[in-house]
Amino acid sequence: RVSGVFHPLIFSRPTSFSLPVSFSPTLSLSPPPLSFSADGNYLLSCGSDKSLKLWSVSRGTLLKTYSGHGYEVLDADGSYDNSQLCSCSSDKTVILWDVATGQVTRKLRGHAGKVNCVQFNEEATVILSGSIDGTVRCWDTRSRKFDPIQILDEAQDGVSSLKVSEHELLTGSVDGRVRRYDLRMGQLHVDFINSPITCVCFSADGQCTLTSSLDSTVRLLDKSTGEMLGEYTGHKMKGYKLDCCLSSKDTHVLSCSEDGHVYCWDLVEGSLMLKLPVGKAVVQSLSFHPSETRLLTAMEGRVQVWGAEPEETEEDVVVVQQEKA
Amino acid sequence: VCSLVLVQGVSVVTSSGPVEYPKPVPLHEQTVKDEKGRYQRFHGAFTGGFSAGYFNTVGTKEGWTPATFVSSRQQKAGRQNARPEDFMDEEDLGDHGIAPRQITTTADFASGRKDVIRDKARAITSLSAPIPGDTVLEDLVAPARSSMGVELLRKMGWKDGQGVGPRVKRRLCKQRADSATRAFGSASPPNGSSESQDEEDGEFLPENLTFAPKDVTPIDFTPKVDLHGLGYRGLNPLAALRGGPGAGHINLFTMDSDRTNSLFGEDRKGQRRRGGVAGQGFGVGAMEDDDEDIYHRDIMSNYDTVLGGEEPGDGLYGWTAPQQYNRTKKDHSKDAAYLGKILEGFTLASDKLETKTVGIFPPPNLPRDFRPVHYFRPVVDLSSVSPMVAQALQTSRGHMAQEAPSKGGRHQLDSAQRRELLGEATLQGSLLNPSRFAPHAEQQQQEALSVWSGPTAQAQTGQTFKPFERTPHKQARYDLYIDQLKQGDRDALELSLDPTMTEWERGRERDEFVRAALLYKPSSSSLSCRFTRGKQDDGVEADTVEVTRDQENDVDDKQAAVKMKMFGKLTRDTFEWHPDNLLCKRFNIPDPYPGSGFVGMPKVKRDKFSVFNFLTVSESPTASASPAPQGNKQSVPLYPDT
Repeated sequence: RVSGVFHPLIFSRPTSFSLPVSFSPTLSLSPPPLSFSADGNYLLSCGSDKSLKLWSVSRGTLLKTYSGHGYEVLDADGSYDNSQLCSCSSDKTVILWDVATGQVTRKLRGHAGKVNCVQFNEEATVILSGSIDGTVRCWDTRSRKFDPIQILDEAQDGVSSLKVSEHELLTGSVDGRVRRYDLRMGQLHVDFINSPITCVCFSADGQCTLTSSLDSTVRLLDKSTGEMLGEYTGHKMKGYKLDCCLSSKDTHVLSCSEDGHVYCWDLVEGSLMLKLPVGKAVVQSLSFHPSETRLLTAMEGRVQVWGAEPEETEEDVVVVQQEKA
Repeated sequence: VCSLVLVQGVSVVTSSGPVEYPKPVPLHEQTVKDEKGRYQRFHGAFTGGFSAGYFNTVGTKEGWTPATFVSSRQQKAGRQNARPEDFMDEEDLGDHGIAPRQITTTADFASGRKDVIRDKARAITSLSAPIPGDTVLEDLVAPARSSMGVELLRKMGWKDGQGVGPRVKRRLCKQRADSATRAFGSASPPNGSSESQDEEDGEFLPENLTFAPKDVTPIDFTPKVDLHGLGYRGLNPLAALRGGPGAGHINLFTMDSDRTNSLFGEDRKGQRRRGGVAGQGFGVGAMEDDDEDIYHRDIMSNYDTVLGGEEPGDGLYGWTAPQQYNRTKKDHSKDAAYLGKILEGFTLASDKLETKTVGIFPPPNLPRDFRPVHYFRPVVDLSSVSPMVAQALQTSRGHMAQEAPSKGGRHQLDSAQRRELLGEATLQGSLLNPSRFAPHAEQQQQEALSVWSGPTAQAQTGQTFKPFERTPHKQARYDLYIDQLKQGDRDALELSLDPTMTEWERGRERDEFVRAALLYKPSSSSLSCRFTRGKQDDGVEADTVEVTRDQENDVDDKQAAVKMKMFGKLTRDTFEWHPDNLLCKRFNIPDPYPGSGFVGMPKVKRDKFSVFNFLTVSESPTASASPAPQGNKQSVPLYPDT
């Protein structure tokens, strides 16, 4: 399993919730058909081979491998200054890595089940992790304590996805609710979606949240009132935890689908703009470049970076394959 | 008398005179041995036999020690050469001498009564003590022990506060009764009731339970030999000399029993200055805790000049004051003295309750065999019992005969008449009723007949209860039976039974039918329209009721809203949530609830059950909310609907 995520500089990616069956055994790096002069782009992939791999997107080369987890790595995130990485795994631990040396700085134990999602906060002082045990734990990276600062256990079922903004924490849970913890106001807002949530994310302007759930619907909700601003359907999301995201300027809504495509809707109108054929199997995760029009998709052991041509068509740019253990 | 120690070869000279010399020792036995018995060697220093009277003692321990010398270095303290008694003669030691010898009880065995001599001694020493009048040192070093008598009593089972004597039975309830009479001010209960009460207690308490006798209050036997009035206390010199603002008015005439106080209270608590002299000139120093008011001027109003206490009123009118004036004053003080809450516009009554005609009535006389347990009388249909029983029941209910319901109006009905009016079915008596006679089979059938053939049963359309649903044949027979009953057929039972069954089976079915008919009578009251049959058969085991997740009541509204795509107020809940202080610091955000020590959601309380509760790893107590993860998918969400 492969996942990769775009980050301002380091792109890391959470993996999907369930395991696809087949893996591609070979490692091959095909030269990019189109060359980009995008320097400083990294890709972080975490896979079921229990390791974390740092790639260079522009060259498609593997830079470093981080091993230390006991089970498959489910999610990873990089800090803003690229000096640290955090990753979470099915072995119920969250690991804080030092990027340069590859050493494990901190192995944070406490979750009772596999940890589905992990993210740094803005200043990389806190790691937030959500787990299948229904808790979100906030770990302190500054101190040497191994206990979480706070445990949020309001979810009644596993936490499938979480996102952190500068003063808010957004979690989506399998119990069908999106919880937004506002640290500044000291409030918790719960939005009932009625179907297990697979992915949540903030919008770039901070006014809306995007939620995808297992009823094959992606919903855009207003953050302050909870009203639904847009609903996007057409894709297939029935059983797997697949990702959704917004484009960098909040113009489009993108979502994975179990039919091997990436669906792209216009945010305002809700109409399907693009159905990107990625492959035959389930597209597990995707991530949008923060500034450029680039999309990263992960499917079954292949991470693909898609770029936009001026004519609005997206073409294959780099294919990175990862060996499976 | 001194003891004589004879050591062979050594001549001992004692203080009491010379002693005969010992037998002469031959030369070959005149040897010196050291302490271990070895022969002492002189190493050529001494070879002769010259002993100068101290034969073979040179070099020995006894050799050069003067016989009369005893070292007193270690025993100087213990040495007591002579006691005063050594110099006294018989006259002195006699009864009237200066040191009479008496046999007294030691402190261990002394009783608790005050020892006159000891007190006198204390009084004498107190005069010469550094602090005159105070026996501080003696009280400090007084040994804390109880006398032997107390110890003996304790060993025999006595406890502090109990009396001494043979154990008493039923002492407790008597005391209770007494206290009750005292508390409520009623007349003392007659003897009969107290006896019955004792019997009652005897029932509830074990027979052989005895109590220790109550301790006697010691009676003060000091006679009153003065000419003061009763209750006169005199001036307390300590209080008077203490002075200061604490003194205030000294009331010479109080109703406290001062004599008992003097008997019991050795030192009154709250007395600041023990012994000695207090007052303006004393106790004001750098080390004192409270500064006495050194500029206090004593005022004459602190002292009484007239007997009898203060004059009531403000002194303007004297004893000829108008009644009204006096009374109001009195009531106000009474009201103030009352500790309870007095309603507005009310005041305490002036005269006591006994004087009123509506007084306290004594409790009723209970019969000897009265037991305070109520058994509900069985409601028996008068027509189905023997006339004797019916008569007895009627009389017990207070009616001489079955009267028309309207006699006495609709308020004078009894339950049977009301039942008739309402058309309700006869109630079953309580199963626990011991006096309910076992109904005969005949009577049962009669009952069934009477119930089912009544007018109300006819109104029932359709059979709503099917007791034998599982066996359709039986059910068909039962239905036939019920129909026959409705028609008032007396032989309904016999007709409906299956003649092909054996006699035993038929008997069983007969019983079953009758019982079923009685048990599930048509509910013919007006309440029947309020009840309807349940969806599920009572007979069928319904232990698995499927409730799908969507039918959970709490989220119905929300789900409906989601289905209708009406997100917003209907789907959103907002709660107060406290972030940890450290978390706010790390996020660089001011704590929204600075003072709150609580972390998490303060207002929502729920308990969650999950297998993960038992799987968590090393939860630290410093972590905020308790790590209790979610329930399973079937659990009802426990959010309050806002």
